[in-house]
Order: sequence, then structure tokens, then C-alpha cells
Amino acid sequence: MNAQETSLSNVAPGPRTWRTHTLSVLVENKPGVLARISGLFARRGFNIESLAVGPTERPELSRITLQVGVDSPDVLEQITKQLNKLIEVIKIIELEDASAVRREMVLIKLKADPATRSQIIEIVQLFRGKTVDVHADSLVVEATGSPDKLEALLEMLRPYGIRELVQSGLVAVGRGSKSLTDRATKGGRLYHH
Amino acid sequence: MTDTIQATELTGAQALVESLERIGVDVVFGIPGGAILPAYDPLGQSKLVRHILVRHEQGAAHAAEGYAMVTGKVGVCIATSGPGATNLVTGLADAYMDSVPIVAITGQVNSTAIGTDAFQEADIRGITFPITKHSFLVTRAEDIPAAVKAAFHIAGTGRPGPVLVDISKDALASTAPFTWPSEVDLPGYRPNTTPHARQIRAAAAQIAQAQRPVLYIGGGVVKAQAFEDLAELVEITQIPVVTTLMARGAVPDSHPLALGMPGMHGTVAAVGALQRADLLIALGTRFDDRVTGKLDSFAPNAKIIHADIDPAEIGKNKPVDVPIVGDVKNVIRELNEVLRGADLPNHSAWTTYLTHLKAKYALDPEPTKDGLLSPEYCIKRLGELSGDAIYASGVGQHQMWSAHLLPFEKPGRWLNSGGAGTMGYCVPAAMGAQVGAPDQVVWGIDGDGCFQMTNQELVTCALNGIPVKIAVINNESLGMVRQWQTLFYGGRYSNTNLESRRVPDFPLLAEAMGAVGLRAETPEEVDEVITKALAINDRPVVVEFVVHKDAMVWPMVPAGTSNDDIMIARDLAPDWEDEIL
Repeated sequence: MNAQETSLSNVAPGPRTWRTHTLSVLVENKPGVLARISGLFARRGFNIESLAVGPTERPELSRITLQVGVDSPDVLEQITKQLNKLIEVIKIIELEDASAVRREMVLIKLKADPATRSQIIEIVQLFRGKTVDVHADSLVVEATGSPDKLEALLEMLRPYGIRELVQSGLVAVGRGSKSLTDRATKGGRLYHH
Repeated sequence: MTDTIQATELTGAQALVESLERIGVDVVFGIPGGAILPAYDPLGQSKLVRHILVRHEQGAAHAAEGYAMVTGKVGVCIATSGPGATNLVTGLADAYMDSVPIVAITGQVNSTAIGTDAFQEADIRGITFPITKHSFLVTRAEDIPAAVKAAFHIAGTGRPGPVLVDISKDALASTAPFTWPSEVDLPGYRPNTTPHARQIRAAAAQIAQAQRPVLYIGGGVVKAQAFEDLAELVEITQIPVVTTLMARGAVPDSHPLALGMPGMHGTVAAVGALQRADLLIALGTRFDDRVTGKLDSFAPNAKIIHADIDPAEIGKNKPVDVPIVGDVKNVIRELNEVLRGADLPNHSAWTTYLTHLKAKYALDPEPTKDGLLSPEYCIKRLGELSGDAIYASGVGQHQMWSAHLLPFEKPGRWLNSGGAGTMGYCVPAAMGAQVGAPDQVVWGIDGDGCFQMTNQELVTCALNGIPVKIAVINNESLGMVRQWQTLFYGGRYSNTNLESRRVPDFPLLAEAMGAVGLRAETPEEVDEVITKALAINDRPVVVEFVVHKDAMVWPMVPAGTSNDDIMIARDLAPDWEDEIL
């Protein structure tokens, strides 16, 4: 991350509008990394909307997908710069909506009686979801998709009575053949930013 | 990646000491305790590493800072787990705020006991996440050398800072083959030290156009030891210079273009220069709120060139026109390359204006009316009689007066707690500085409040042949807080009266700790005790100056207001004489 290569640091203070950005952060797979990152957000007053962390194709690396809400580009720039200062952070990229596949997963427990069950299942199928648990008066539905799609599904299901909702953090991957790990490595060795 | 240079089985404790020796550590400050005890056995045998037994771990951390500041090396402190480690916290926070390279080594409970609330267990790594540049928790003996090597590398390179190495007791006690890594393996850490040529050219182009440029110099220039290059830059460009609290001495105060310190208690000339500039060349500085005042109205007409080794500082507080990431020494050198022989504008009207302000609003101690000494006078005389000493100050009024009135003629001789504002910094930092510079005179200039926080380290000084000199500017109050109460709280002095003309008796306290205790109450005695103190070099000296408690630090920009509202005395604004421009 080199400020000379961005013009972000010279952003005129424009109108403040809230925007969500998706950051994909490649980190060393070491204990405490997540605590460092969440602590950084907490103490600098940055806003995390969702966070998902998991292993990558390389065991020594983990990937953290962050959705951050900012009210100006300056804040996004500060977030990436501060994250880059963490020794265990290898690389950060922003995944723009158009150039990335973004997915969340939800598990929804619904009230369902014989009268409503088939209606619910029909809606779920329309959204390519699955019914994963059925009881006399309830259903558990699993669905994955973009945040917009899942929001639309929830909108449709809400009238039937959502008893419990569990949602994963967003994960995302850039479209095309390039991989973040490749971009962060050079000659098999990790390469900084 | 790693070469087994020596396939000998060592205990983790021996590996730790071996690692410190290989790095070239010659002094560590610390206190032993249960979890770190295995390390103290080989440490006590080391012929290369001197351990100085302090009286409180906070003292160890500040001493490591003082040592680092005068030597340019990484300072080291050691403590045991739990309270030993938590006592380091203030020093680590201080080093983090002021970018001082130190490594703290702490013992941790056995790895099997971590997380069980064991005796003297504290998650020191978790506690210090926000105030360290990086930290390690080591639970295996074989991991100690690589962690120690990486810790010193991280602390001392890039933007310097504190690094913590927490080692479990079983890792210290167990054995493993000693393997010294040939290089550090930190894929996410590559500080960018070389400035981009295009940015240097862009900066030079701005400098070539500016009518009212100012060099705004920060502590990064001191850390990078870029004094000679900076002197050349000033020589080439003839641009006036302000030096922040952390950079005092980076340019000699006697230089005609040196305007002194900017900020909340800055000189009229330095504050005025920044406010009226059309170009700030900010080098190794971070637009701290104590410098900028209200950000919206800081340097309102200036374009900004900002060079720093830490990209996150650039644009953090203030939008920048020319960002430059790099080691500030390289930045200045490359600027000099481009600017040497270039056609540069003559801004003599601007410099004349500023040097006029400098002369008109020179800072001179005011005589007091109650027969007590003027604190400014004492500090000024101390500087005049001591010359090129190393000075460490505490935090508060005496710090600001020191920052204005000491003889800042040579660089790298000024230590203080700028970012964190840690009362209690002075005595242990002076101790560390004296250990790092045994042949120099080291003065600590402390307040009566600060001194009572960490003076126990005078015992350490007395027993270890560390002849620091500490001036206690005793105004019997928490002076800076009292000043704010005078100005902003209607003179209601809630809990700022320390009554320290009654208790303690500072010279007696000093004597009890094995130091020489002196006291001055009249102007004649001021010179006398300073001269006496300067003649003593076999033990520490404490000189109490009994001073007037109503003295205030001027100039002052009230917190949260614009630098344009600087006051040179209560209800008195400077006359800017802008028409001269």
C-alpha cells in the first residue's frame, strides 16, 4: 500500500454518504490475528457490518472478508492503511460489486402448519433454497446468495412468521482467473502489498 | 529459511540470552519474578548483557525509551507475568505514541496454564494490542530466537515502535536446538523507505512556486537522524523552519530561519508561519491536534507536502497535495538533489516578517511578584550553565518551558513524552539516557507532581553508578492543570494543590535514596546549585527549585480553537502586523 500510487489521500471533503465496501484481507494464519483486526476497528471507531474468516488454499494463510460501512472515501482509505500496518496482514483488496461474486448464507426457522408449509416451500424453491428440517409446526430453510437476494427472500417469508434467523458473514471472490493469493505472492514467496 | 548455525541444545532461557547477545544488546532494564525467573539465570551469567535492576517496571520501560532515544538502538525492558507485565503498559503506550523503538520481554505462565486465571497470569499480549507495533506469544523454546530477532527488526525499522515478546515459563525452561534464523520471515512487513521520484519532483515543483513556504519538522527527522540533510535543505531553500515538540533541536534554535515550536504552546512566529503559509513541507510529523489546533482553520491557505515513513499518517488528519512515503532522510536527500542549483524564489519578505515576529515575541522569563523564583528563569539558567547536555523532561508546564528555553543547538539531545503526555517519564528516561550516554551530562527537568510518580528510580541510579541530575521545578501544584483551572474553570483549584512545599522534603528524599539533595529559593542560589550539581558525577543529584505557582505557559492556543486565536498572555493577542507582508 503506497500512498503515492493512489490519489485517495487527496480527496476533497465531499458530501458524506454512507456506503458499504467489501474488503478481502489475506492474513497470516496465526493466533490473535482476528483479535488484532477487530480491536483495530473498535478502537479507531471504524464500522464492521459483517466479517467472515476462514482458511484458504494455502494452510499458512487465512482470508478475512469484511464489509465496512463508511461515510467518506477518506475513512475507507484510513481503514486499509491501518489494516496494512498490522504485521500479519499480507494483502488487502476491495471487491467491487460488479467484479466479484458475493455470497451470504442464512438459516431461517419459520412457523409452518400444513396450510402454509407448501406455500413456504414454493417460495424457498423460487430462491433456490432448501428445506433442511421439518416439524409439525416449523420449518428450517437454508439459502445462499447475494445480500440483495437473501433480503428479498426474507421479505417474502416474513409474513409466515420468522422464529429464528441466523446469517453468515459475507464471503466474496473476484471474478476472472486471477487469485488474491497469487497477487500477494511472487516466486512462491509472499510479497507485501 | 533458517540455518542451524549452532545445533546445540539450549534451554529457552539460554536461547533468549543468546539471541539478545547476537543482536548486540548491551543493556536491559528489568525486574525478575516467577514466570520470567528461568531467564534471569543465564542473564545473570551473561558477559555481554548488563541487567539493570530497576525499582518499578514502568521505570524499566521508560529507561528503555531513554536509552533508545540517545543511542538510536532498540531499548530493552524485561518483566515477569501479570503485574510485572501490566506495569510496563504505560511505558509501551508512551513508546507507541512517540515511535520509540523498544522491545519488552515478559514472562508468561506455563503454556498449559494460559487461560485458567493462573497466579500472576495476565493476557499482556491482548492488553497491549493497541499500544504495540507488534507482539509475540511464544510457548515453545525453539520459537524464541526467531521471535526475538523479528521483534528487534520490527521495533527498529520503518516507523519505530514498541514490540512485546511474551514467553511462557515452560518455553523458557524446556530445551531445544538453538537455531538462529538467517533472516526474518515477515511477509506482511516491508516498510517503504525509498520515496517515489515522481513525488519528489512534484514536491520540488511546489517548493519552486511557493511564496510563503514553511518547513514543518517532526520527530521522524530525529528518529531518522536526518539533521545534516535537513540543514542542507534549509541552506538551499532558505525556507523558515518550525520544529515540533518531538523535533526540538533538529535545527539549531540560533539559526536565523528557526522559528521555534508550533502548536498549543508554540511561539507566535512558528504558529503564525503555519497559519499564513502557502506551502507546508511536513517532514516526519503527524499533524497532531496539539500542533494544528482546530483542524478546519489550520494553515488554511497552504498546500501540503507530507513525507512520512508511515503511509497511514499521510492524509489522516489533513488532506495532502503531495504525499511522499519514505524514510524522511531519503526524502530530504532526494529533495536536496533536485533543489540544489534550482531556480528558487526569493521569499525574503516572508522570512523578514517571521524573523521580526520571532524577535518581537521572544520568550523571556517574567519576574515574579511574590519573591519566589520564576520557573522559566530556573530552566533557562539551567540550560545556559549546562550547554550541550542531554535533557529529559516530565510532562506539564516545566516541559513546555523546557521546550522553549533550553539551548537547542545540537540534535538528538531532547527527550520527552510528547504524544502520550506521561507524567513520570522524566526520571527513568533520564536514567536510560545516562546509561546510553555515560560520558555526557544528563539533566532531567521534572515537576513536583511528575517527580512523585517515578522518583524511586533514583535508588537504581545511586546503586548502579548512573549520575543523572534531576531538577524538580516545585510549584507545589499540578501546574498545567492548575493553569487550565485558572483560565477555564474560574480559578477553582480542585485537587491541584500538592502542598509539596510542606511534604515531601525533596532534598531529604533524594538523600534517602542515595542521591545528593540541593535546594534553591533565590536567584543567586539558582546558579549556585546548578554549578554544584554539574560538579557531581559519581552519584545522582536532585535540585529542587522552589518556584512561583501562578506562572503560566504562554503563548497558548486554547484547546479546540483556531491557531489564529493564539494568546501571548491572558486576554492578550499578538499584533500580527500583516500589512508588512
